[in-house]
Amino acid sequence: MKLKVLGITLALAAGMAHVPSAVGADPDVVIGDIDDLSGNYADVAGAGAVEAIKMAIADFGGTVLGRKIVTLVADHQNKPDIGASKFREWADQSGLSVMLGGSNTGVMIAMSKVAAAKKVPFFVLGAGGASLTNEDCTAYTVHYIYDTTALANGTATTIVKNGGKSWFYLTADYAFGTQLQTAASKVVEHNGGKNVGAVRVPLAAADFSSFLLQAQGSGAQVLGLANAGEDFSNSLKAANEFGITKKMQPAALLAFITNIHSLGLQTAQGLVLTTGFYWDLNEETRAFAKRYYAKTSKEPTMDQAGYYSATLTYLKALKAVGTTEADKVMAQLKKIRINDMFAKDGYIRADGVMIHDMYVMQVKSPQESKYPWDYYKVLKVMKGEEAFGPITGACALAPK
Amino acid sequence: MTEVFGVPVAVIFGQLMLGLVNGSFYALLSLGLAVIFGLLGIVNFAHGAFYALGAFVALFGLQRLGVNYWEALLLAPLAVGLLGILTERILLRRLRGLSPLYGLLLTFGLALVIEGTLREAFGASGQSYPVPPALQGAINLGFMILPLYRAWVILVSVVVCFSTWFVIERTRLGSKLRAATENAPLLQAFGVNVPLLIAATYGGGVALAALAGVLSAPVILVTPAMGSSLVIVVFAVVVIGGMGSILGAIVSGLLLGVVEGFTKVLYPEASNIVVFVIMALVLILRPAGLFGKE
Repeated sequence: MKLKVLGITLALAAGMAHVPSAVGADPDVVIGDIDDLSGNYADVAGAGAVEAIKMAIADFGGTVLGRKIVTLVADHQNKPDIGASKFREWADQSGLSVMLGGSNTGVMIAMSKVAAAKKVPFFVLGAGGASLTNEDCTAYTVHYIYDTTALANGTATTIVKNGGKSWFYLTADYAFGTQLQTAASKVVEHNGGKNVGAVRVPLAAADFSSFLLQAQGSGAQVLGLANAGEDFSNSLKAANEFGITKKMQPAALLAFITNIHSLGLQTAQGLVLTTGFYWDLNEETRAFAKRYYAKTSKEPTMDQAGYYSATLTYLKALKAVGTTEADKVMAQLKKIRINDMFAKDGYIRADGVMIHDMYVMQVKSPQESKYPWDYYKVLKVMKGEEAFGPITGACALAPK
Repeated sequence: MTEVFGVPVAVIFGQLMLGLVNGSFYALLSLGLAVIFGLLGIVNFAHGAFYALGAFVALFGLQRLGVNYWEALLLAPLAVGLLGILTERILLRRLRGLSPLYGLLLTFGLALVIEGTLREAFGASGQSYPVPPALQGAINLGFMILPLYRAWVILVSVVVCFSTWFVIERTRLGSKLRAATENAPLLQAFGVNVPLLIAATYGGGVALAALAGVLSAPVILVTPAMGSSLVIVVFAVVVIGGMGSILGAIVSGLLLGVVEGFTKVLYPEASNIVVFVIMALVLILRPAGLFGKE
């Protein structure tokens, strides 16, 4: 019901246009995007990401290998079955060349199975679960923007090294939350800190104050927020209201700039978080953000910037190999270096992780913020290898 | 420190207090639902959307029109209530006499339309509504620090709930309302404008949802989806209290807030299903609900 009309229309139109026709014109290059367009994560990627894809295609010139580039868009509504079946449909009927997948680890795991079965390059752009390049990895998956390992390495290491030794976690009670908590716990212990406890909170709880009082009762120094989206915002808001942030340091294990924008600096100030992109990092990011802002009236999130970069990276690989054939494109993708406003000297490792620098940020106070969306200061730039860690061997594609 | 079942007494009091705060929201929301169902027989699935709309009216008023919290507390329910009256006059009226299923479908569709519109206009990630200056700060109750604003929520909710109950059960207007549900044509024969009465009742129920929305705006992030997860719980509360029972809705709202609060300490993973487990038990043991008439 919530399926974007746009998505259906485009899908129908494309479906008709891509029925293998008689000898003649080359088929179009079809870029698919399946994302949360109407739910909790719709602002993180969503319609903004669609805009980013369009920008990338326009910047590339609108054609590749003499063929037109078209996009298909659908809303997975955070339901794995919808994401997977739409993917399968496009692969079978619409001549899909590449799939860009947005938020929600659960949906992305389901879609990666389709990518492997249909042999379609699959860029995971909004989801965090590191299992996508470990036990759930495929030869066609590229995990492009961030994963739970990098988030934990960035935020937890920085806080422990600055004296936040004992941790209590507020964990979203599903795959992403528990993966994030596990990753952070390992990092905390590895750096000589201590994990005091955790409370598992059902997704989309109406009120977080009870859980927060438990966290406070633990006596830990750091409140690890292993949740995302609205749950993250509401738990931080309540922690402020109950004065818990005065005694415990909150750590955002995943926060996007849109979350900070919603909460306001008064509530979010001082928060340490890890991101793959910030619009105000340098001339290149600002130039991209300015063009993006002109179209959307918002600054891009790391996901939206990642969408732009991933689209360009894919198109460049096509141009280099001269075909859309998945195996050749994947081989090329794993060979090249990625240099644009999103990544410097980034590369796609054998297990599918795109290795690039990550930034540990601290949210500015209202006094420090000088202009709209002036939210972060850089605490640390983490080199790609440090952020994403070594290949674990859980993925069969990893070199033995 | 004294302990009960291994939980310190201070924690128990703390959770009791927080449970009452959450219960206040449940009570306000389920009250509106119970009024609408009890008097009009409409299963109002748009209740959560009107709740979100109330919060957004307050937010929009603050950002664009300079309407402060205290004014919004009055104006937002009024505005949303008027919209409710229009909805009743234009849409719901046509379904009277049909199976309640039609009303359910219509209001469910309406909820999707309202949420979608809010999402287009304000985005999905929501915005913060500041706590009004007069209610900032906290009171130290000894066993916990209670933010002043949350205490205010309990107060408003209890006052509003019991005045609504009083109006419906103890005044002349209330007796007309109840008469309209029993036998509308007869009441109309006495010269009472029944269609107006019904529209006003729907508007009133929806206004209660909007009031809950304004009250919750400073506590949680104002998002288009803020009502859609809550409305399911609130329906369960109404069923437990007894469909259509005003007093049942209020008492079970507060009670379930407290039960949920304790679950959050004893077994947090179950805290969002405990209400439904209780609902199932109530339906088995007392199908009409705790306060419902057989």
